[in-house]
Amino acid sequence: MDEFILIFRHQDGSKIASPEQMQTWMKQTMDWIGGIASQNKYIGGNGLPLDNARVVRHNKIVTNGPFGEIKETLGGYIIVKAESIDEAVEFAKDCPILQGEGNTVEVRKIAKGDGTH
Amino acid sequence: MGAKLSCMEQQELIPHLFRTEYRKVVSVLCKRFGFAEIEVAEDIASETFITAAQTWGIKGIPPNPIAWLYNVAKNKAKNYLHRELLFDGKVAAEIRNNLAEDYELEIDLSPQNINDSQLQMMFVICHPSIAPEAQVGLSLRILCGFGIDEIAEAFLSNKETINKRLFRAKEKLREGNIKIELPTLAEIDERLDVVLTTIYLLFNEGYYSVNKSQTIRKDLCLEAMRLCYMLIENKNTNKPHVNALMALMCFHTSRFEARIGINGEHILYEEQDISLWNADLISKGGYFLNCAAIGDRLTKYHLEATIAFWSTQQADTNEKWENVLQLYNRLLQIEYSPVAALNRTFAFSKAIGKDEAIIVAEKLNLIDNQFYFTLLGELYTGINKVKAKLNFEKALFIAKNQPDKQSIQKKIDHL
Repeated sequence: MDEFILIFRHQDGSKIASPEQMQTWMKQTMDWIGGIASQNKYIGGNGLPLDNARVVRHNKIVTNGPFGEIKETLGGYIIVKAESIDEAVEFAKDCPILQGEGNTVEVRKIAKGDGTH
Repeated sequence: MGAKLSCMEQQELIPHLFRTEYRKVVSVLCKRFGFAEIEVAEDIASETFITAAQTWGIKGIPPNPIAWLYNVAKNKAKNYLHRELLFDGKVAAEIRNNLAEDYELEIDLSPQNINDSQLQMMFVICHPSIAPEAQVGLSLRILCGFGIDEIAEAFLSNKETINKRLFRAKEKLREGNIKIELPTLAEIDERLDVVLTTIYLLFNEGYYSVNKSQTIRKDLCLEAMRLCYMLIENKNTNKPHVNALMALMCFHTSRFEARIGINGEHILYEEQDISLWNADLISKGGYFLNCAAIGDRLTKYHLEATIAFWSTQQADTNEKWENVLQLYNRLLQIEYSPVAALNRTFAFSKAIGKDEAIIVAEKLNLIDNQFYFTLLGELYTGINKVKAKLNFEKALFIAKNQPDKQSIQKKIDHL
């Protein structure tokens, strides 16, 4: 069993959603995570609020961001257990953020730290 | 207490007293003698009960059996202390007189000292230097007066293994020179978690075990609640999650009478006679749940207690099931268990729909769990008769006890 991180990217993080929409997403996300947890495959995760974010650049230049220059924003991530990348991808397919056109979920295996990857 | 005892079956009196009084005698004596002499304390407590069984068998049950037991235990303990003194005296005759004067032979079996000793004993037994299964085993033995064979049964093990395990655990505590006292305030949170786990396991042993008589099982639940209440009564251990565990146990126990039928069969929640639910315990549960709603730590006890609260709400509303679903979503993130996964899926079917729940359920893959196949059978009922029957039959194949087999068969017949 390996660990995989599912990284949520939003096409346009500055887009404002209605409170009702946000409520629906939140519930869908909770049910999605609950479904993974009920298979004993959930390890952890976090949302990454978009407000008050900073980007630190070469030469220690700090900008508000990451909006403006790049369209895609990191919205959050979860870490799951899976037998294979394919199983992790199956989890990702049900991620509610994919209802937004242009949003993506990137699936990456987490290095085990034992030198084998 | 008197009224409670008088209506109890005579042959259940000693087992009942053993479960409630054994630990009190052991705790008080052990605190008095020091943990190193725990076996002496246990022996005196056991001998007290043997004396009771013999005497009461001939002379009848005394008007106040508990006071009788305390008296006998006290005398046996004094005799023991006296013998020790004499022995010490022979070894060191010159200090004998001084010792005899200073050495207080009185054994304090006042309610206050009993409570303090038990509470401290709980923390000794749940000491992190011994393994969790040994902690639970010792708790069952010392705090709940379980026999070795009953503990073996609870652990699906045998007497020799359990005896060895308990012996080693006691050795370890002796070697560590563990004092019978409450942990410091700095340690108490961490130590309390272990104590709560033990109480929780103890309660589950009573609430879910199918092999024990109804009376024994109810005693176990009440004992677990009593131990938990001792923690609530002490200001240093009265924490929000202790109250949450108490609330959980109150809500569950409120349905104790309703969930077992006359023939010992398990009665499903939806089929229970609501008039048998204990309203007093439900309101007590509400009180403790309120007390639990402070602080910033959301524990599994909070989540399970809130789920149990919703179970006391009989109305089949979407609000109820949506809340229960979200609580299980959180619970599973804190701690996975097959039972929680199954219950979550049931709540999902109620909140969202059977078709969607089938997809979720098929992924759980709990292939050696009868309740998994019962749930799948239920979900397919009314949607796909062939699959419903197939799943119920798998459940029937796995099910071990007769009442369970009967209730599954009933579902197949109703298809």
